[in-house]
This record gives sequence, C-alpha cells and structure tokens, in this order.
Amino acid sequence: MSQGLLHGHGHQAIHHQSAVLEGAGPELAAAGAARRRFLKIGASMSVSAAAGGGMLLSFAFPAKAADLAQAEMDANPNAAFAPNGFIRIDNTGLVTLIMPKVEMGQGTYTSLPMLLAEELEVSLDKVQLEHAPPDEKLYTDPLLGGQLTGGSTSVRYAWDPLRQAGALGRMLLVSAAAAQWQVDPASCKAADGEVIHPASDRRAGYGSLVDAAAKLPVPASVPLKDPKDFKLIGTPLKRLDSPDKVNGAAQFGLDVRLPGMLYAVVASCPVVGGTVAAVDDSVTKTLPGVRQVVKLDNAVAVIGDHTWAASRGLAALKIDWNEGSNARLSNADVVADLAAAAQHTGAVARNDGDAGKMLQSAAKKIDAIYQQPFLAHATMEPMNCTVHLSDGNCDIWVGTQVPTRVRDAAVEITGLPADKIRIHNYLIGGGFGRRLEVDGVTQALKIAQQVNAPVKLLWTREQDIQHDMYRPYYYDSISAGLDANGKPVAWTHRIVGSSIIARFFPPAFKNGLDPDAVEVASDPPYDLPNIHVDYVRQEPRGIATAFWRGVGPTRGTFVVESFIDELAAVAKVDPVQYRLDLLDKSPRAKNVLQVATQQAGWGTAPTELTGYKSGRGVSVMHAFGSFLAMVVDVGVDPQGEVKVRRVVCAVDCGMIVNPNTIEAQIEGGINFGVTAALYSEITFKDGRVEQNNFTDYRMLRIDEAPLIEVHLVKSTEAPGGIGETGTAALAPAVTNAIFAATGKRLRQLPVGKQLQTV
Amino acid sequence: MITLNINGQPHDVDVPPDMPLLWVLRDVIGLTGTKFGCGIAACGACTVQLNGQPVRSCVTPVAAVGNQSVATIETVGATPAGKKIQQAWLDLDVVQCGYCQSGQIMSATALLNTTPNPSDADIDAAMAGNICRCGTYTRIRAAIKQAAKGA
Repeated sequence: MSQGLLHGHGHQAIHHQSAVLEGAGPELAAAGAARRRFLKIGASMSVSAAAGGGMLLSFAFPAKAADLAQAEMDANPNAAFAPNGFIRIDNTGLVTLIMPKVEMGQGTYTSLPMLLAEELEVSLDKVQLEHAPPDEKLYTDPLLGGQLTGGSTSVRYAWDPLRQAGALGRMLLVSAAAAQWQVDPASCKAADGEVIHPASDRRAGYGSLVDAAAKLPVPASVPLKDPKDFKLIGTPLKRLDSPDKVNGAAQFGLDVRLPGMLYAVVASCPVVGGTVAAVDDSVTKTLPGVRQVVKLDNAVAVIGDHTWAASRGLAALKIDWNEGSNARLSNADVVADLAAAAQHTGAVARNDGDAGKMLQSAAKKIDAIYQQPFLAHATMEPMNCTVHLSDGNCDIWVGTQVPTRVRDAAVEITGLPADKIRIHNYLIGGGFGRRLEVDGVTQALKIAQQVNAPVKLLWTREQDIQHDMYRPYYYDSISAGLDANGKPVAWTHRIVGSSIIARFFPPAFKNGLDPDAVEVASDPPYDLPNIHVDYVRQEPRGIATAFWRGVGPTRGTFVVESFIDELAAVAKVDPVQYRLDLLDKSPRAKNVLQVATQQAGWGTAPTELTGYKSGRGVSVMHAFGSFLAMVVDVGVDPQGEVKVRRVVCAVDCGMIVNPNTIEAQIEGGINFGVTAALYSEITFKDGRVEQNNFTDYRMLRIDEAPLIEVHLVKSTEAPGGIGETGTAALAPAVTNAIFAATGKRLRQLPVGKQLQTV
Repeated sequence: MITLNINGQPHDVDVPPDMPLLWVLRDVIGLTGTKFGCGIAACGACTVQLNGQPVRSCVTPVAAVGNQSVATIETVGATPAGKKIQQAWLDLDVVQCGYCQSGQIMSATALLNTTPNPSDADIDAAMAGNICRCGTYTRIRAAIKQAAKGA
C-alpha cells in the first residue's frame, strides 16, 4: 500500500554559514535552564514483536498539544492506548519509521528521523522511511485535525512523541542487553546502534537485541536527553532526499509509468462554474495516437498513447461551453462585494479595552484600506494524478498532502469500499497548499471511469494556472487612534474575505469566525490596550479558494506590519524604534527585531545603486509558534520597477532541530514571498482567469533574487513552525522599504505597475 | 522510425516528427528525470543538452534533433562538469522539492562546460531561464561557484 521505501543515505555535517546568536530577552534567559524530563509513558506506548522478527514500537502522537496530553495522561493513567505512530527495528538493526508526513521540499524526511535517531542512539543512515497509508484514525495531526501535511506543523507535532519513542526503544534495548549479560542496566550505555557495557568491554548491536527487547514490559517513565547532550538535534545535517533529486531518480507523481498506461490532458470550462454544451471531436479522432475523447460535466479530456498525442487531440477539439451565471464576472465585481461587506459588523476575533471610544477621543485618527489579490500556487510540478479502475479495485498514484481526502474522494466517486482504494503517495513537486485539495484527483477519477486502462492525467501549465483553487482576495479596513505622543491608543481592524476553513474544516468555523482569516491580525505582537478585530465572510461568487503558503499570517502580517509603519511615519518616529517601544510584552519579538536590525545595519543608508532610489524597510512577525524579523533593501528604478536587493532575517523558532533546513526554508520562503509581493496576481475578466503561463504569471528568477542573510537565535523553547514564516513576513518589509525610498505607501499587492511613471 | 542518440545509446522511436523531445524522453523511452513545467520554454524544467548545449526539450521537435547527442540528467553525472555540479548540489544541500533541479543541473553543467569560472553575470545569464518555485536560487549560485572552484 505504501510507496516503497525511501532509504536513508550517508550524510555529514556541512559548513553552517549563519551565526547562531544568544537570545537577549528575559523570557529566553528564564527558559534557558534546560531540564531533564522524565515522561510517564506507560499509557502512551507499547512494544511488541514485529512480524518477521524484530521489535515494533507503537506510540501515540498526542490528542492535543503535548503538555495538555501529558496532563490528561497523568490524570487518567488507564486511558485506552491508541497508538498512531510506528517504528520497526529489525534483526539487522535497521530502523523504519512509518512516516505520517509527506516531503514537499520542506525537509521533513530529514528532520523527523533526526528526532527519533537522537534518542534511540542510532546514526541517521540507519533510519529509513515508509509513507503512512491513509488512515485518519491512526495518523491525524492534532494541530490540524486530519492526516495532512501543512500549516508548518510537522516538527511541532512530532517533537515530543518521536523523541519519547526513541528513548523507550533505547531503554528496552539496554535492558535486554543488561539481562543477557547479567549486569545492572545503569552500567550500560547505548551509542551508534549498539549497547555497550564499558566495564567488561562487551557490546551488542541493536539487531541482536530486538527480539528480547520486544518481550520486555514498558517502563513507567523514560528519561529524555538533556538538550546539551544532543548529537543530532541542532546540527546542520544534510537532507536525506537530495541524492535522488540531483540525478533524476526521484519519483514525483508525474513520473509514474505503468504497463498499458494511457495519457490524458484536459480542458476545463474557462468560465467559473460553466459546463460543456457540445463537443466536435471529428478532427481529434483522426489524429494518430489519439485513443478516446472523454466528456465530463465541466471538462473534456483527450486520451492518447502519449502526452503529445493527447495534447494535439485537445487542441483540435471544438468545444461549446455553457458559460452560466459568471460569464461577465470580473475582479471589479469581487472587490465591490468585499467593499460592501466591509460596511457590516463582523464576528469578533479580539476585543480588549474600548477601541471604538478611544478612537473617537484620540489626538489623531488614521484609516486605511488594504487589498491582497487572488494568487495561484503554480507548483513547478503541475497537477496530475494517475488512476486505474479495474476488477472492483481503485489504484491512485499521486503526490498529495492529504491521503485520507484522496481516499474519501475515490470512495465517493467510485462507490467502492475504502479497503478497495489503494493510494500510492509520491514526492510532491511543490505543495504550498495546492496539494491539500483533491479537485485534480476527482477529475482524474471521473476520467478513469470511462477509460479501460491506467490513465495519467496531466494539467498543462495553462490548465494549472487557470483552474487553481486560489488564495482568496482579501480586503482589510483598519484604523488607529494616536495620542499626542504618537502612540496607538486605539486599533480597529476588519478583515473581509473568503473562509477557506468553513469549506475545508467546518468544525473550526464557529459563530462566523474564521480563525485562519484573522491570524496575526487578532494577535499582533504589539502592546495595544484597546484593540477590536472582526471578520466578515464574503465568498467570491463561485471562485474556488484554498490555502496558500503562509495562510492567514501571510495576509495578516502584510496589513499589520504596513499599518504600524504608517503610524510610525505619522508619529515621525523611526519605524524600528516605534515598534521596539510597543514590544516590551513580547520579548522574543523584540529580540528578533533587535538582532535583524543590528545585523542589517539599521540606521545606515543602504548601498547606492546607480539610477535607483534606495530604501530600507522592516517587518516583525509572531506566527506558527516562531518569531521573525526582516530588514529589506529595495531599489526603485526611474520606470518604477522594484528590485529587492537584500533581505536580512532573524529567526527565533525555539529549539533548532536542523539549522540547515531552517535556513533553506527561510531563504526559499523569502524568494517565494518576493514573487508574490512584486508580481503575483490572478485576475478575472468575463468569468475567465486572465493569466496563462509563466509569461504572464511571473516568477522570480535567479537574476532578480535578493541576497539573503539568515540569523538563527538560540532558544530552548519548544520548536515552532518554519516552512511558511519566510513568505509570511516578507511583503510588508518590501512595501515599507518602497515607502522609505519613494514616500509612496502601497496598500495593495502586488507592487506590479503601481509605481510606474508612465 | 527515428533514431536518437540519447546518453550514448541509440534509440529507435516511432513518433510523429513534430513531437517534442521531452515527451519522447518521458513517455516513450521512460527517462522521467527530465520534467515538464510549462510547455513553452519559459521555465527550464525540461532542459537537456544537445551536443553539450542546453535546450528546452518541451519545444524541441524530435525531427530537429537528428543525430546530435542528447544528454539528460540520468547520465550527466558521468561527465566531469556534471559530477562536480551534482556534488556541489549535495554539499550545499540545494534541493527542496527537487522538481526543477534536473533542469537547473543541466543548465549549470552546460555553463561550466563553456565557462569554467563563471561570474555572477554569467550565472545570471545562463540560469535565468530556470525557475525554482521553492526559491533555492541563493544555494544554486553558491553551488555553481563551488563546483567551478573544485575544477
């Protein structure tokens, strides 16, 4: 059922280019006292003999945040044991982690095994991975409410349980060896896949001990390592998936090849919500290599012997569409709906003090409207899915962030029982939220129902851009009142836009409030005694919306960090100083801001670039359990074209598991954010998406990419998420830098042509 | 029937002459390391080398290949420049999702073959046609320089 094994590869530490800086805030100092933790595990783990020899460790990822789960377990030690994580150690000492998370570039295939290997005392190349099969009961991520990979949660989800499981395995193996040698377990130690009794110089490999260890009782508590003794955690280990990704061997969903497989390309109705009226396939059917034309309600697919035959066949089709009620839909309609909705009172996300009253009595009042566009994900690997329906079985080959949702879609469409659906999960050629959705899988299933062979559906780039489920257009109305000294005494913020949560995860949408839509906005890092934040749901007339890298924090940070910059300008205070004065209650945020500005040389002028106006901007963010600050240098040329020249980023993401992965995610997240800030915008006209391909949905290229410096702040807090933070914090630092360079405040993204002089 | 010289091996393929080399490699011969990204030579994911020159295979009709030698990601590591580039990619941990990296490596290897010590401007010119959505550009630049140094 799972996609083969991803074998570990050799690795060695590489030069670590970024500085690790000591934290300065009082909170950091207090948390600095590392403690040895003994966790009661009797109710949360079990050990048994594995089929075919060896031991199987079963353990539970917590039902809630780790500490809560621990408290519950302490209170009710007899609670039923429902393991959802599995580790197998075989007679050769090879460790297999059944991996509930998918790799999409974020480095999960490296960082999660590190947590296990650290406590188990094995080298990383002794740990191999197996994709978990779809099973919501077993593999639900408690932070996400489903078996899915997203929201920058993987390390946060696994931090305690994987270390505990490793520690339990180590303890049992040590006990097994001690019993065999008839010595005190305390006189033995574990290292590099062996138990050693130094006094007698005896040693035994884990593989020789697993059968005995599997029969031992699980101890009541297991000591976790003191972080100062970590050998793997905190070191810049190399990714385990790199070797196959530099020689063409890595298998993405699109690379599946099956005997007798046919190839499909598809044209979906270009108008949102439209359907197929009539199809003339007379020319198509005469073309060599074309096997079949498949009609769906809202799309037509051509099946061929190879992608080229199918593509030529598709180009030769004449399709009439029923364009339906959205035939005249344009962006202006969507924005008008949002602006009208912004007049309504919303669901309250935060209400401290009396912002309304304080706004009236403030010495100065500032109002602004911020707007952020629809965005496509544009993963480099376009949507694709291969399906084979035969003999009452359904096989699906796809790279997905949500295997259980893929299975559910297959059950719904085929009517087959869940145990007849086999999902073969593959590496993901870019997720960014796109592969949390199963619209492409659904379409592939419907096509496969009409094809008597395995069929691989590929979305062309045009189909991928024009039929994405888009990051929603958001419209924010925000006001602040300042006192005579320029300090904010009132802050009101209304967020208006589509609720992805209401569709994707309905239980989390309560009383009209979408917790994702208001993230960061409802909890800015600043000391704001009178703050009122509300949310008005306004769906964009049938345009499908979905999560996009950085989710709520990407949108919220742009508004909050732009607006705080506006207030600093009104108050005539340096934007960094203005922020620092409001961060006394958020020492980790204050600290990253100080580190970033110090490293960037805040207060000095950015290096001149001939012909360009230069400016430097800043942003601060607390999201995904991490703290970031960025300082960005931009240049604006006489035509109004913006170049992001340098980004200096300070990161406090708690305990650092793999600094190499963290830096890579920040670097990539920044470049992803620069694309969005400068270029990205999906627009609708006559019900159709106006963009087609990378020619008009522009991507940042290497010659435009900024210099990036990442500074990791040392911390002993639990790890925070990292995969989305770089993107989420970037845009406001860019527009703040543009303000510094030109005096123009951009309240709308992307920067695009807004500064063009002609 | 068309005979192609791919990675040093002759391949007879029965395909239409206007079929892009990309689909011959992927769908007919089974060399899936070369990726589809855009279909219009705008992203570089499909980059292969023809007689050592980087080309976008998604817009290269198989009829235009003739008996030029086609090199793909699957064997580029057997050449001195390809080996150095791949090693630098590993040393600096360039990849993230990895989907675009075949094309990046084919372009970078072609660059090193013609320009053993590329400047930043040389790297910009040779690599600007290859999009990386994960944004690994910082490390791509550093890895090319490291590979050049290790000459």
